[in-house]
This record gives sequence, C-alpha cells and structure tokens, in this order.
Amino acid sequence: MTDLFIRNARPYGGDAVDLVVRDGVITEIGAGLEAPEGVETLDAEGRVLLPGLVDLHVHLREPGGEESETIETGSRAAALGGFTAVFAMPNTNPVADTDVVTAHVRRRGAEVGLVDVHPVGAVTVGLEGERLAELGTMASAAGVQMFSDDGHCVNDPLVMRRALEYASALDVVIAQHAEDHRLTQGAQANEGVVASRLGLAGWPATAEETIVARDCALAREAGARLHVCHVSSARTVDVLRSAKAAGVSVSAEVTPHHLLLTDAALTSYDPVNKVNPPLRTAADTQAMRAALAEGVIDVVATDHAPHASQYKDTEWQVAKPGMLGLQTALSVVVHTMVEPGLLDWHGVARVMSERPAEIAGLPDQGRPIAVGEPANLAVVDADEPWTVRGAALASRASNTPYEGMRLPAVVVATVLRGRLTARDGRVVEQVAS
Amino acid sequence: MKHLLSVTDLDAATATALLDTSDRLRQALLGREVRKLPTLRGRTVITMFYEDSTRTRVSFEIAGKWMSADTVNVSAKGSSVSKGESLRDTSLTLSAMGADCVIVRHPASGAAHRLASWSDKDHTATGTHTSIVNAGDGTHEHPTQALLDAATLRDRLGSVAGRRIGIVGDVLHSRVARSNVFLLATLGAEVVLIAPPTLLPVGVAEWPCRVSHEIDAELPGLDAVMMLRVQAERMTGGFFPSSREYAIAYGLNDTRAAMLPEHGVVLHPGPMVRGMEIAPSVADSARAAILAQVRNGVHVRMAVLYHLLAGAPE
Repeated sequence: MTDLFIRNARPYGGDAVDLVVRDGVITEIGAGLEAPEGVETLDAEGRVLLPGLVDLHVHLREPGGEESETIETGSRAAALGGFTAVFAMPNTNPVADTDVVTAHVRRRGAEVGLVDVHPVGAVTVGLEGERLAELGTMASAAGVQMFSDDGHCVNDPLVMRRALEYASALDVVIAQHAEDHRLTQGAQANEGVVASRLGLAGWPATAEETIVARDCALAREAGARLHVCHVSSARTVDVLRSAKAAGVSVSAEVTPHHLLLTDAALTSYDPVNKVNPPLRTAADTQAMRAALAEGVIDVVATDHAPHASQYKDTEWQVAKPGMLGLQTALSVVVHTMVEPGLLDWHGVARVMSERPAEIAGLPDQGRPIAVGEPANLAVVDADEPWTVRGAALASRASNTPYEGMRLPAVVVATVLRGRLTARDGRVVEQVAS
Repeated sequence: MKHLLSVTDLDAATATALLDTSDRLRQALLGREVRKLPTLRGRTVITMFYEDSTRTRVSFEIAGKWMSADTVNVSAKGSSVSKGESLRDTSLTLSAMGADCVIVRHPASGAAHRLASWSDKDHTATGTHTSIVNAGDGTHEHPTQALLDAATLRDRLGSVAGRRIGIVGDVLHSRVARSNVFLLATLGAEVVLIAPPTLLPVGVAEWPCRVSHEIDAELPGLDAVMMLRVQAERMTGGFFPSSREYAIAYGLNDTRAAMLPEHGVVLHPGPMVRGMEIAPSVADSARAAILAQVRNGVHVRMAVLYHLLAGAPE
C-alpha cells in the first residue's frame, strides 16, 4: 500500500500540516485536510517531519560477515533510525568489486524492502589498492554510483589518480578513506596524550590531512568528484575549506561519533570505543560541529559498523574497529548540532538527507517535502529522550558506544515511497509486492 | 585494593604502604632457615604470561611460594587469536578453577584492564572474584617494576621524595618508563626523561616530568639514572640512525657514569644489552643497583600479593 494520510506533522519543525500520499508521491499538503477514504492514517501528533534520511556510509556485512549483520537486520536498523536510503560499503567477503556482488547487495536490499540499499563498489580489486576494479561495469550493470575501498585507503597516489580520472568519465564519485597507512602502522588510537598514556600506538591526524590534501589536488587535475569519508581531524577541515574555495569538486562526511565522542573514553580499554579513524580530542569534535554547520563538511554519515561480540569482547589491540550508528545517528545530531543551535531542522534535512542524496546522485531521495515529490519521510519526536541499549537495537551486533547514554529525539515513523517501514519503534514488516 | 593494573591505582599513601610492607617482609625473612611465611596458605596464584619473561615470572612465582600460596604457571605464548581461545575465555576458565589471583603479562596494552573488568563482571558466574595483577601489558605499564625501582631508590637514597631521577632511552615503547614516571611523581620525585624525540611519545609534555635530549647536561644533577633497554627491533625501525650512534649519544659508559654525583645510582630493569645502552663496567660497578632491584622485586611482589589477597595490614 503506497497511499498514506499523515495528520498533524510539522515539516522541518514549522507549522503543522496534513499530507496526502498517493502511489508513493505527496499529492496534497495543507492544514485541516480530510483523510481520504480507506487510506491508512499516521497521526504525527505535531511532531517534526523530515525527508527520509540518507546514509552514504554503512557496513551491512553481507555477504560474509553475517554473524555481525545482514542486509535484513541492517535494513531494520536503518528504517528504525529514520533512513530511507543507505550505501553499503564493499568490504564484504567476497569483496563487492564486481557487478555480481554489487547487484546481489542491491537485490537483497530490494527483497527486504525496508530501505533502499545502494551498493558501493570497490575502487580496486580485493580492496588491495593495486588494480582498478571494473568500475564501468559495476556502474552500468549494477547501477553503482559511488566507489570506495573504505576500511583501506587508496594509498598509492598513481592508483588514486587513475581511479579519479577513470571515474570522471563515468560521472561517479570516489569516496576515499583518508589514511596514509605508512603513518598509521600498528595504530590503535588517536595519537596524543591519551594514547601515549595508555601505551596505544598512535594514529596521527596528519595521516588523514595529507591524504585529503593530495586527493584534492588529484581530483582537481582529473576534473573528478571526490568524497572524503569520516573526517575526524580539525586540520582536515582547513584543507577541505581551501580546496572547496579553489573550486575542487570535493564533498565530505563526518560520523555522529566524531561529533560527540572523544578519546577520553579510551581509558577503560573497552574496544566498543575502538573505531577507524579513531575518536579524537574535544577540540576535534568542536571543529567537526563547526565545519558541519558551516558546510565545509557536507553530510553526516554513520559508518555503521556492526561487530559480533567475539570481535569486541577482547583485548583492545585485536578488537575490530567500528561501532553501530544507524539507530543513534539522528539523536546524536540533534544532541550535538540542534540543541546547541548549530543547525535547525532544515539544516538537519540538508546534512542527513538532501546533500547525501545529491552527492550520490539519487534523484528520488533527499527531496523537499512538497506536492509532487516522493514520500520518503521520517517523523521525529524531538522532545522525547531515550536511553540507548545495545541489546535492544535491531542490528545483529550490539556494539554501541552510547550504551546507557540518554539521548534526545526518537524516530516515530519512517516512510519509504508512501509505505511505512517503521512505526513507534517497531519495524513495519513488508509484504512482498 | 582488588587489582593492581596501573600505578595510577596507587596514591602516595598506598604506594608507601606497599613499600613498607615489602621492607617488613624482607626483615621477616632475614636470617630464616626456611624462607616461608604462612600468610597466603591455601590461596591459588596463577601467572599467565603471553610473552617471554624470566625475571618477572620467576620473581612472582618465588613471591607466591615464599608466602605459601599455591602457584601455578601458565605459559600462554602467542596471541589469543593464534591460540584459538579468547583471552576472556581463558580468564573465565582460570577463575572457575578458583584462581584467587592471576598475574598477567600480555603484549596488548590494557589486557590486564580487560581481565579485571571481566573478573568484576563475571565473578558470580565463575564463583571466584579473581584479583588481577598487571605484570606488563604492551607498552602501557609494569607497575611492580616501578614499585621495586622505588624500593631500591629508597634503600640507596633514603627517600624518593625530592630526588631527581633520569630515565634514559626508548620511552615511547617502554611500559617500565610509563609506570616509573607516574609512580615516582606520585612519591614526590622529580623525573627527567632523556631520549631522542623519535623515542618520546606525543603528548609527553603533559606528563609529570621534564624532557631532555642531552644526557651529559643532566647526569651531574641526577640522584639516579635508569637506563632502558633498547630493543633490537627498534634499531631497524628508523627511530634512530644506528646502534653506534645511539651508544655514542645516550649510552652510559664510564665517562658518563663519572659525571653522576658521588651517591648517584644506576638502575636497569633488565634484560641489559651490555655495550649498547650500558657499558659492562658500569653495570658491574658499585653504583649499579641492578641486582638489588631483582632482590627487591621478590619482596615488593610479596607485598602486592599480601595487600591484594590478605588485605592491607593495619
């Protein structure tokens, strides 16, 4: 059923309206509308209405890592988090470096039907950073629009140059995990006071800054589109600002955890706080917030990275990096950006829906809440705080760094092309159409 | 005190109490024909070493035996991953067998913290709330080494407070240096780290110590100098140009040892690379307290086991 009547919702936190959705498209918006006959009603009770959220960076672990997450469980988490489109990174087993694997991911996502799952293709074969993967075939046969070796940096400048040049003809974007691996050998934590005291090998922020600076220069020369994954360091913001001012076609994302958490959390050695790039300093989180408000950093992306307990309930050094993000992202953004007045709801829509859709080239996501637009929507109770419990999240793994934390804003409902995918904290099971 | 994971678990009073207990235990054993105290009879102490070690493991084992504890040595070489069993499962197993204390040496920084948090969380399931002692975790800490160093300095210098102690060498990768900097500072000493910039951690400026790159300028003002071992793998890691240059710039040779004040003490946590960071003649000289460190190690570890398993004496 793709018809829906939404009563008493406040688009972008503005005045309350009712909306009529027909065949997945918003056909009427106004105050005091009549509910159409026989159409399901969603009473938003005066809550905030946003365009459905778009996440450029998730790990759904399927195929190969099903003990941590599947496309189904990840889709459930996405729907509950207010997302209507997610981009699944290719570091699966097998790696999504062919049209076969990427098409499989897209098909599985469609079968589950809770969120649009867009495969991200690998830049290089096996994520090994040596030979270009079949970008053209993935783009044409599986509709892949974004490529990344995420988890690894395309470290070799010549390989990165060729990738950007080749991508420019396909009009696809290369998303770089910016980390000079020579500078981060054995790295376990942000290089600085905390890591030094804890005896954890340091991941210097310069390893991110230098790659971003290099890639901006390469993208400029290639006339290519570059997207920088999970910016974590204050100085990277300066690099991005000057590249953008110089007209380089570069966009950037920040994760919710880099907006909120710092390396001070590491003193317990609980690997739930281990992530790559690592949690950095309070000064860095402040810089991330300011850059997101300013627009130097374009979007929030979760880097949702589920890991089964056997990969986290270990000593720090052997634990896998990554943390859950889909169901806490909006709350963290409200807490770090909306509450301090750095973003209003239009701003939230921009960084979590409109710009991500634009960067990835999605025509039907991140659209205005207006007549004639697709009904991809999220209803948010901005006033209701909730307590994060990893075990209660929809992901198969429970590695949330926010365990026990009280955060603002609850996603009350998510709508994908007129169909409810989540409502009142529960997934709306989809009937095969 | 349930666990000993880091010297930051110890305030000055607790650290001093441990050192005092160590002294008393040494006195109690002095001149005894049978070197055995009944204090920990019936207690089970397990050493679990994931790295090679002779002195620390044997020292803990002797400490336990002299206190009449039942000591068991687990050699758990190789990482938990290559071994197949996780560190957590190993620790649960030992607790379920009734280990009152697990002494752990592990290549991963924070491994002892992890064991302690599992012990605190799972003790109802295992039936034993096992105490964890950190016997060296990665490049983080080696608290009993710092305690035995403090005990040795107290013996030689009369006190630690107000003394100036130099620590020379690979501070970056040294758990001994970390534990010593923070314990000696807690006890009121002035600490000077002496090393090339490549062997100092980022953020060292925030530590309670001073940093110098000139050993010759510092030696005359030091009450004691602690030479850290230069590990072979660092020599090829580009941290300094060559072992020759290191020995020239930072090695404690006879000329340098003579620059120390008359009472100046030379310490080394061992194992030594003679001819590299320390000349054999200096290591064997009267200034060197290296064997006293080893002897004190047993008493300090007895004191730690005593405080953890029998409670701090009044």
